[in-house]
Amino acid sequence: MSGALKVLSHHLRLYRRVWKGSVFVSFVSPVLYLASIGVGLGSLVSRGPAHAIGGVSYAAFIAPGLLAATAMMTASSETTFPIMARVYWMRTYDAMLASPLTVRDLVGGELLWLCFRLALVSVIFFVVMAAFHTVHSVQALFAIPVAILSGLAFGLPVMAWSAKQRTDTPFALLFRFVVTPLFVLGGTFFPIDRLPRLLEDIAWLTPLAHGVALTRALTTGQAALSSALGHVTVLAIYAAIGIAAALVTFRQELAR
Amino acid sequence: MADTPTRPDALIHARGLTKLFGSLVAVDAVDFDVDRGEAFGFLGPNGAGKTSTMRMIGCVSPASSGELRVLGMDPAVEGPRIRARLGVVPQADTLDRELRVAENLYTYARYFDIAGPVARKRTAELLDFVQLGDRWDDEVEPLSGGMKRRLAIARALISEPELLLLDEPTTGLDPQARHMVWDRLYRLKQRGVTIVLTTHYMDEAEQLCDRLVVMDKAKIVASGSPRELIERYATREVLELRFAIDAAPDLDGKLQGLADRVEVLPDRVLLYTDDGDAAAAAIHQRGLRPESTLVRRSTLEDVFLHITGRRLIE
Repeated sequence: MSGALKVLSHHLRLYRRVWKGSVFVSFVSPVLYLASIGVGLGSLVSRGPAHAIGGVSYAAFIAPGLLAATAMMTASSETTFPIMARVYWMRTYDAMLASPLTVRDLVGGELLWLCFRLALVSVIFFVVMAAFHTVHSVQALFAIPVAILSGLAFGLPVMAWSAKQRTDTPFALLFRFVVTPLFVLGGTFFPIDRLPRLLEDIAWLTPLAHGVALTRALTTGQAALSSALGHVTVLAIYAAIGIAAALVTFRQELAR
Repeated sequence: MADTPTRPDALIHARGLTKLFGSLVAVDAVDFDVDRGEAFGFLGPNGAGKTSTMRMIGCVSPASSGELRVLGMDPAVEGPRIRARLGVVPQADTLDRELRVAENLYTYARYFDIAGPVARKRTAELLDFVQLGDRWDDEVEPLSGGMKRRLAIARALISEPELLLLDEPTTGLDPQARHMVWDRLYRLKQRGVTIVLTTHYMDEAEQLCDRLVVMDKAKIVASGSPRELIERYATREVLELRFAIDAAPDLDGKLQGLADRVEVLPDRVLLYTDDGDAAAAAIHQRGLRPESTLVRRSTLEDVFLHITGRRLIE
C-alpha cells in the first residue's frame, strides 16, 4: 500500500468515531439553506425579473452556488485547525515521519483525505438538491466532481499556509476576511455581474467564482464546453499551486 | 577522535557531522561511531545539539555537511529504508490522543507494512512488555507521564527495530517511573537491540550507557565509557561541603592542598580527592565548620563540570 493511502487510512480510522454526526450535519445544513433561503426568500425573489438569474427558480439558482460554497467551507475547516494540530499541537506528522513515510506521503494523504471529505459532502448536498427539485439536467451529475475540485482549489493553498501557523488567530482572520466575504459575495446568492466592476474583477480571481459559475451552468443545463474548460483550468491551477506549496511548507516545518 | 579510522561495521558512523539552522551552528563537526548491541549516550545540557544530532540519525533532518551513515546507508538517499529499521521515541511525545492505547500501536504498524494479525500479536506482547497490558482499550490522555512514555517506547518497538533512538527518555518522569523505563531499556539491550539515547541526567547515562559522548555548545567535548570518563576527568571521591548561608567563611587559601581540585559553586564547595574522609578530617583541623559534609563517589556531573566549568542542569 502506498504511503499516501496509509495516511488516509489513519484519518479514516479517526473519522470512524465521528462519522454519524458529520454525515448528519452534511444533510441538515443544505436542507436548512435550501428551505429558508431557496424556498422561503426565493418565494419573494422569484417575483422579480427571472431573466436576471437565468430563468430558473431562485432555489435552483442558489443551490449549485451553495454546493460549491459548501465545498469551500468544508475544505477550509479541514485544512486549517487539523493541519496545524498535526504539525504542531499533536505532532501526528512527526510520528509518521519517524516511520518509512515521507513528506510527499503526508501531502498525498491529506489530498486523498480532502477528496474523500469533499466527495462525501458534495454527494449528500446533491441528493438534497435533487429532493428540492433544483436539478434540471443529466449533466448536473458533473457538478459533484466540479464541487470537489472547487474545494481542492481553495483548500490546498490554505493547507500549505496552515502548516506554517503556530496560533489559531490567523485562522479566525481567514474565516472573517476571506471565507465569509467569498461566501456572501462570490456569486452564490446573486450573479457577480451585479457587483461594482472592481469587485467583480476581484471575484473572478477567486476559485469560488469559477466553481459557482460551473456548477450552476451544469445543474441548470446551460454548460458550454469552452467556458467549462476555462473554469476547470483555473481551479486546477489553484489546486496544483496548493500541492506544490504544501510540499515546500511541510518540508520546511517537519524536515528541517 | 578526528583521526579515528572508518569503521564500516559500525551501526552509525559520523565524521564531521554538522547541522546549521541559518547562521546558528546546532551541531559542529562531530565524529562518533555506534556499534551493534551497545547502548550509546549523548550527555549534555539543553541546547547542546543532542536533539539535532538525533534527528539527523533518525533520517528526518538532513545533515548540513559531513558524513553520516546509518545501518550502512546514506540517510540523504535511503531515508525511508533506514527508518523502516529504526524505532524512535521523541522528546515531546507524539502519541495519537484521538486513538486508544492499542490502536496507537497497530495503526503505527501499518506505516511499516506489518500485516494486521502480526500487528495485533505484537501489540499484545509489547503492551505486556511495558506493563500496559490492562490498558488495551483506554484513552491515551488520562495516562500518567510514565505510562505515556512506556506506550511511546512500545510503539517504537512495533517494527522490531535493530536500532532504538530515545531523546531524553525519562525527562519529567518521577523516580519510580524513571526506574521502570530504565528497566525496560535494559531488557531490550539484553535482547540485542542497539540503543542510542540523549540525556542531561548523569545517573541515567551511568545506568544505561556502555559508551557516551559529552556534548556542549554543539561540540563533542569528551567520549568514553562512564568509568573511563570519571577516571580521566575526576577523582575517585568528592567531598561536598555546605556552609550556612549567613556564615559562609572566607575560604581563600584555607582549602589549599586538601584536594586535587576545588570547585566553588553557589550552594556548595566540591573537593576532588581520592580520600574524602581524610579531606573532611583535615577541614575540621583547619577550623572550618561546614553545616554539612558529604563524601561521595564521583559522577559524570563532576566530569562535565570539570570539562566545561558549568553544571549540567542549571
